[in-house]
Amino acid sequence: MNFETIIGLEVHVELKTNSKIFSPSPNAFGDEPNSNVNPIDLAYPGVLPVLNEEAVNFAMKAAMALNCDIATDTKFDRKNYFYPDNPKAYQISQFDQPIGENGWIEINVNGEKKRIGITRLHLEEDAGKLTHQDDGHSLVDFNRQGTPLIEIVSEPDIRSPEEAYAYLEKLKNIIQYTGVSDCKMEEGSLRCDANLSIRPIGQEAFGVKTELKNLNSFSFVQKGLEFEEKRQEKVLLSGGEILPETRRFDEKTKETILMRVKEGSDDYRYFPEPDLVPLYIDDEWKERIRSQIPELPDARKQRYIDELGLPEYDAGILTGSKEMADFFEEAIENGGDIKQVSNWLMGDVSAYMNKHYKELSELALTPEALAKMIKLIEDGTISSKIAKKVFAELAENGGDPEKIVKEKGLVQISDEGQLTDIITKVLDENEQSIIDYKNGKDRAIKYLVGQVMKATKGQANPPMVNKILQAEIDKR
Amino acid sequence: MSLFDHSIKQLEDMLHKKEISAEDLVDASYDRINEVDEQVQAFLTLDEENARSQAKQLDAAPDENARLFAIPNGIKDNIVTKGLRTTCGSQFLKNFDDPLYNATAVEKLITEKTVTVGKLNMDEFAMGSSTENSSYTPTRNPWNLDYVPGGSSGGSAASVAAGEVLFSLGSDTGGSIRQPASFCGVVGMKPTYGRVSRFGLVAFASSLDQIGPITRNVEDNARVLEVIAGHDKMDSTSADVDVPAYTDKLTGDVKGMKIAVPKEYLSEGVSPEVKEAVLNALKVYEQLGAEWEEVSLTHSKYAVAAYYLLASSEASANLARFDGIRYGVRSDKAENMMDMFTYSRSEGFGDEVKRRIMLGTFALSSGYYDAYYIKAQKVRTLIKNDFDKILNEYDVVIGPTAPTPAFKVGEKIDDPLTMYTDDILTIPVNLAGLPGISVPCGFSEDGLPIGLQIIGRAFDEGTVYQTAHAYEQATGHHLKKPQLGGAES
Amino acid sequence: MADISKDDVKHVANLARLAITEEEADMFTDQLSSIIEYAEQLNELDTENVEPTTHVLDLKNVLRKDEPKEWISKEEALKNAPDKQDGYFRVPSILE
Repeated sequence: MNFETIIGLEVHVELKTNSKIFSPSPNAFGDEPNSNVNPIDLAYPGVLPVLNEEAVNFAMKAAMALNCDIATDTKFDRKNYFYPDNPKAYQISQFDQPIGENGWIEINVNGEKKRIGITRLHLEEDAGKLTHQDDGHSLVDFNRQGTPLIEIVSEPDIRSPEEAYAYLEKLKNIIQYTGVSDCKMEEGSLRCDANLSIRPIGQEAFGVKTELKNLNSFSFVQKGLEFEEKRQEKVLLSGGEILPETRRFDEKTKETILMRVKEGSDDYRYFPEPDLVPLYIDDEWKERIRSQIPELPDARKQRYIDELGLPEYDAGILTGSKEMADFFEEAIENGGDIKQVSNWLMGDVSAYMNKHYKELSELALTPEALAKMIKLIEDGTISSKIAKKVFAELAENGGDPEKIVKEKGLVQISDEGQLTDIITKVLDENEQSIIDYKNGKDRAIKYLVGQVMKATKGQANPPMVNKILQAEIDKR
Repeated sequence: MSLFDHSIKQLEDMLHKKEISAEDLVDASYDRINEVDEQVQAFLTLDEENARSQAKQLDAAPDENARLFAIPNGIKDNIVTKGLRTTCGSQFLKNFDDPLYNATAVEKLITEKTVTVGKLNMDEFAMGSSTENSSYTPTRNPWNLDYVPGGSSGGSAASVAAGEVLFSLGSDTGGSIRQPASFCGVVGMKPTYGRVSRFGLVAFASSLDQIGPITRNVEDNARVLEVIAGHDKMDSTSADVDVPAYTDKLTGDVKGMKIAVPKEYLSEGVSPEVKEAVLNALKVYEQLGAEWEEVSLTHSKYAVAAYYLLASSEASANLARFDGIRYGVRSDKAENMMDMFTYSRSEGFGDEVKRRIMLGTFALSSGYYDAYYIKAQKVRTLIKNDFDKILNEYDVVIGPTAPTPAFKVGEKIDDPLTMYTDDILTIPVNLAGLPGISVPCGFSEDGLPIGLQIIGRAFDEGTVYQTAHAYEQATGHHLKKPQLGGAES
Repeated sequence: MADISKDDVKHVANLARLAITEEEADMFTDQLSSIIEYAEQLNELDTENVEPTTHVLDLKNVLRKDEPKEWISKEEALKNAPDKQDGYFRVPSILE
């Protein structure tokens, strides 16, 4: 029997407002425990929430970028559950009137485009953080309590773990473009839970789904889903039954492990938050926010293809993160050649980032410096080989490419007399190669070029070396 | 005669003329507390050292612009006070010595340089109508110590009636200011919902709760409300409506005023002596040139049922934060997380609180939400519409505050439903969000006070005060004092 | 509408994180049953076309500017905590 996989993703994204959603505490990551809290965050008796306008604006921005319809009338509800990191024992969330609904994003898997629906996007508050110790106690830090959060629920449109990965990449990219979140999974500003079920191909009804938690990177999401897909298939093929479970992904074994079987649905006893009044989002407000949304990745990619003449593949990579695309455009504005800047970013720059596990912003390299370096290649001041040395210096320590070239004596030798002297000397020492060449062995000339480069520590101007070498050989 | 037989205005004049000092007022307050509070048990916590040093400072720097300069007062113990224990009448908060901040209403009192002498007893988390649900001690009615003072602001009403403070703050969710005011023969105002900030009022039912003043006379009451009312950015449900000078409305003139008297408010269940006292009051209004007509609040009989579902539902969430992690008492039996929650809460809460939390949890639980919670919200709409219609035609609605005078301690404690239905006359006002006052309108045969309830349009506390004041001045019921501590105070 | 059974009472107590004894369960079942029974009278009213009231005031869009403000210190945050460790609130672990 062949099965079809159905995946739905629930993504939580922290919004980077200055203050929390319902209290004026600073919204900051990584401070000392319980230092960014006030009586409101600690749910002291008598405190009341007041909604941060910017959190609403940010949620709207994200919802609009994800093609959602924006609610005109919306409100907040209390979601009741006890847990030590949930100080009011209710989370202020949105139940039946989310701020955004009916959105979609387009993903590209193996060259095929596909639209994934977004059921809803709602605004809520994050909880504190619970750390388990092995002495029978846990520790609670409420710094994160009250961080504005959007929950984005996809339609069950995703059909493979690979599509799930592509969906997450695209979602992250779009939200980063809007500037409302860093979407850093390692800092928890983007978190993902996944639901997966399988059904025999041709069957319409969905199978029983399991929920995966503790997915700490996009590739773990993919791996966890891949494991779960196979596990469910095995269970069904052996005549077993899938239970509605919550499972945890184990990063070491790459397996999913049962946490608990869900008994009925949790009874959260949602009801409208009496401490907050409803929101009415009129067209003026919506348009004001819409006008602040920057060009999004798909539009930018198309522009790079249409206006800058880049191949679709290159345009896709460059717009794959807002940081990269912004860097690219700034380098061009500083006079860098479009194709060259693109090649450097996709090539050496990306390789360097991967090798050192660094973000573009963490490199000392600036767009101006890259543009300048490319100009130095173009005007023949340095060779592309030398440029690699210059780039390494720029990435590591930054600085002005021209200065680096001068200080390190990396300027290309383009003086005809100087080069002729060196070449004459090389030819004198390699008479056999001249003979080989004249006997039709083309490889011999490459060897000679190599010897010239060696003698000049790579600084000889390659086209000139070729030209003079040819002329000098012909003379002999 | 006690200093506290003067009005706030008179005391302010005396203070500014240096006839009395702030220290005299604070002395008078603690002297009286020492004299009678062992019997009345209005106070849960006294702040004597602080209050006395404050009085000294005030005497050193008199301020004629401070509107309640040096006036001794008490605060209901569900209104938070920075550095001063706030228990809500609950064992759960018996060690809550520093709530870290002041309620907005308290901040406003501080701005006007009042002196808070202590925190007042109440039914635990404001759930109750007799102050017998205080987990510390029941407060007694100053008019007869065998009787309850009403509740939940029983300490607030009793402390004013007993002459321990000039005014107190209470809170009213279903009658918790007006009913004890009625039982104790003092003036208690529940302002319009949104009139006084709820920031710092420990929430019972967020959509119904309001802070209000309890005083010996209407003028004092208006004076205190002028101070504590107003928009607060910390409370999203507080209204940005100007606070008029309520005292300007106290002219004694009610000529031509149109009064509505709901027939449901004088029907069965209302004791004959209460009914008679209200009818007599209406005669007074006639003599003053006002006219009254009988009307019908068709849906008021459903108010108690709707109220208990809504208030309990909100309370079930509002009281969930008492988990023994950030403040309050954690059970010794808390060996794992679940036990920490259940034992801390079970040991910390009394039966009435548990009952309402369970009722509210039930009303919100899946399968019952529409049938109970939503249904009750719809009935709330009907009750509000009834009032809106009547108040379109009439200036105020008048009736009794409570169906009976105070009952005996222990009389109703085992019958929660009867205790609930006794709130039938005050609850509709909270559901409609309107202002309502209770003013003394006579005494029962047993010598217990009876209260007259005057209900006004939203944010029209001025007319409510005007109506109450005219009656008070024409009758003088408020001048009678309870016999306590030997001689009449 | 429904009657409230002893099992319902126990379920609700568990949802509300209240530990109740058998005797208390019996008492609360009686009391809550009579209250629920009393509440059934609301069914006499036809509310089909009535909007529920969540807020009596018709307020909308009450919003705060996104400005962070310091309020209490880290020490104050932990001041009333029954149990704390290294700047954290301490709680017993979940029973696995």
